[in-house]
Amino acid sequence: MIRVAIHAVGLMAPGLPGWLESVAVLQGTAPYRQEPLPPLKPAMLKPNERRRTTNTIKLALEVSADALDQAPMQDELLSVFASTHGDLDIINQICSALTQDERPVSPTQFHNSVHNAPAGYWSIAAGYQQTSTSLAGSDGTFSAGLLDAAVQTVTENKPVLLVAYDLPAPAPLNEVITIDSTFAVSLLISNQVEGKDNLGIIDIETQRDLLESKMQHAQMEAQRLASPAARSLPLLEALAARNKTILNLPYLPDLNLMVGLSQC
Amino acid sequence: MMAISPLTISSYTLTNALGRGNNASHSALFEGRSGLRPCDLEDVGLKTWIGRVDGLEAIALPENLSAYDCRNNRLAYLALQQDGFSESVDKAISQYSAERIGIFIGTSTSGIATTEQAYLHKNPTTGQLRADYEPEKTHNVFSSTSFPRAFLGLRGPALAISTACSSSAKVFAAAHRYIESGLCDAAVVGGVDSLCMTTLYGFNSLDLISEAPCRPWDIERQGINIGEAAGFALLEKTDAASTGPRLLGYGESSDAYHMSTPHPQGAGAVLAMQQALDRAGVTPDDIDYINLHGTATRANDLAEDKAVVQCFGNRVSCSSTKGFLGHTLGAAGITEAIISLLCLNSELIPKNLQTENPDPELHANVTLTTERRKLNYALTNSFGFGGNNCSLLFGRPV
Repeated sequence: MIRVAIHAVGLMAPGLPGWLESVAVLQGTAPYRQEPLPPLKPAMLKPNERRRTTNTIKLALEVSADALDQAPMQDELLSVFASTHGDLDIINQICSALTQDERPVSPTQFHNSVHNAPAGYWSIAAGYQQTSTSLAGSDGTFSAGLLDAAVQTVTENKPVLLVAYDLPAPAPLNEVITIDSTFAVSLLISNQVEGKDNLGIIDIETQRDLLESKMQHAQMEAQRLASPAARSLPLLEALAARNKTILNLPYLPDLNLMVGLSQC
Repeated sequence: MMAISPLTISSYTLTNALGRGNNASHSALFEGRSGLRPCDLEDVGLKTWIGRVDGLEAIALPENLSAYDCRNNRLAYLALQQDGFSESVDKAISQYSAERIGIFIGTSTSGIATTEQAYLHKNPTTGQLRADYEPEKTHNVFSSTSFPRAFLGLRGPALAISTACSSSAKVFAAAHRYIESGLCDAAVVGGVDSLCMTTLYGFNSLDLISEAPCRPWDIERQGINIGEAAGFALLEKTDAASTGPRLLGYGESSDAYHMSTPHPQGAGAVLAMQQALDRAGVTPDDIDYINLHGTATRANDLAEDKAVVQCFGNRVSCSSTKGFLGHTLGAAGITEAIISLLCLNSELIPKNLQTENPDPELHANVTLTTERRKLNYALTNSFGFGGNNCSLLFGRPV
């Protein structure tokens, strides 16, 4: 079992445009209206850099800032960026360019195509030189990222920012990759579980019980299934409600995560 | 930084342009024989050299895993069958149980060639993709992990790490942390990347592709040759009975400088190498050999040279093995980690193949001839786009 503290949360999804803006919705005291997110303009990027970046990169930076804005500046912050599909707009554009005679792949698009492009822009913008891991699971990418971030903070004794995100696929990839909603979540976690400066303490372990926690609210449950990063919603709901509970989050085809929330 | 407890590498294997299995790479490195060839990949009209693995076109995955069929997973499958690797994993499963063995695989582009082909063969009228195109088990990054996990029958924690050219070096750090935190008792680490148009034309668009066989550290170096490779290693806790080489240290950092250009002073590379030394509890003077990232682009070699000289001076023998098998991108970390193990094991320092006139601006001690001597400690560097760096430190079998 691994015990970590959650110090701050970031959230960016239709109807959930920021953690503080979404707490009442997640508590069920404000209505859930799935309004599209406004155009993202992450303050971390200069305007000319924003033009060179993609919606995936902007989403990841915006949701990381949403968490870090609530927490004191962290020295030696490690980072874990988790995405199931990476930047499908770029994949689409590069694979389309490769069907043309001259194969006109754009150099900017090519360096933005790496799975760790959002992490790269984040480290450049924030000046963080620490360990940064970009990873993928399948539908369990959020859990894969959460587990890796938790493992990193307990073994390296440093805080970790987890950023999980996926966006809907463009045509024609949307025929075969079904992500129905943009969703991004970030968690600032550490192994400092004794202090008071946290939103909750979680105990994480793997388990073979595959019966995953669901959302009561029908639209929220649809949102949970609409994007791999949205599999975090049961944890976000419990954090918003400060609800001591044990959750079951999907991780691998034969292994889930048991996440026990306490001291919230 | 505290020293870490070493892990024992009880089995390892690699397959690349030099051939299938460890012996193919070892004999080519020893004899100074390159596996590079003029680019003959279908659908590619670039003037460059590549490190291609022969015979992938004829590989068939096991029937129950045929949904994973793509060039990348064929390469993984071929590699998993060499050097008795999958048998070693079977033995570990009977010792620890499948649930207690993790798997951590690095890849940059996974099976993207499948998507490239699907786009080339789109329905010209409707623009629709072919009905048999299934990216989840092929192109998707996690396919590089889920295929070997399913083939080996592992049921423990699993990750695909994709940080460009440091991907399959970072898997060693991940495995160490998962074992250290008690989530597993042993781990399979590895890396797989296969030739595709995306990386060939992508690096070409950045003017980083060499028309000739690459020449790391040479004054006339022009860029990289792209190669494909797969490699796997089985890591276990070290105890009194352990034989086999050791993972002694790892270091990870970010340049925080530029997406595709290294920090000019190699600042991130220095951090990664120093961390690896600190975690191993050794000093720069202890290191006998450095397997360089050494891509043979002008900027990369310059930055890495500054970083190596800052950490080690010009005493330590260094070589890049990219001239033998190309830059295998997401598989470079595991490939060069295993090459480092082969060097420790057989007391070999490979030469920098094709390097004739070392750039006078570069000061690291790059070897121009094959050397034979006892090595106790070897360090290997992997640096990727996004400024993502990883260094690994290995020790000889005890």
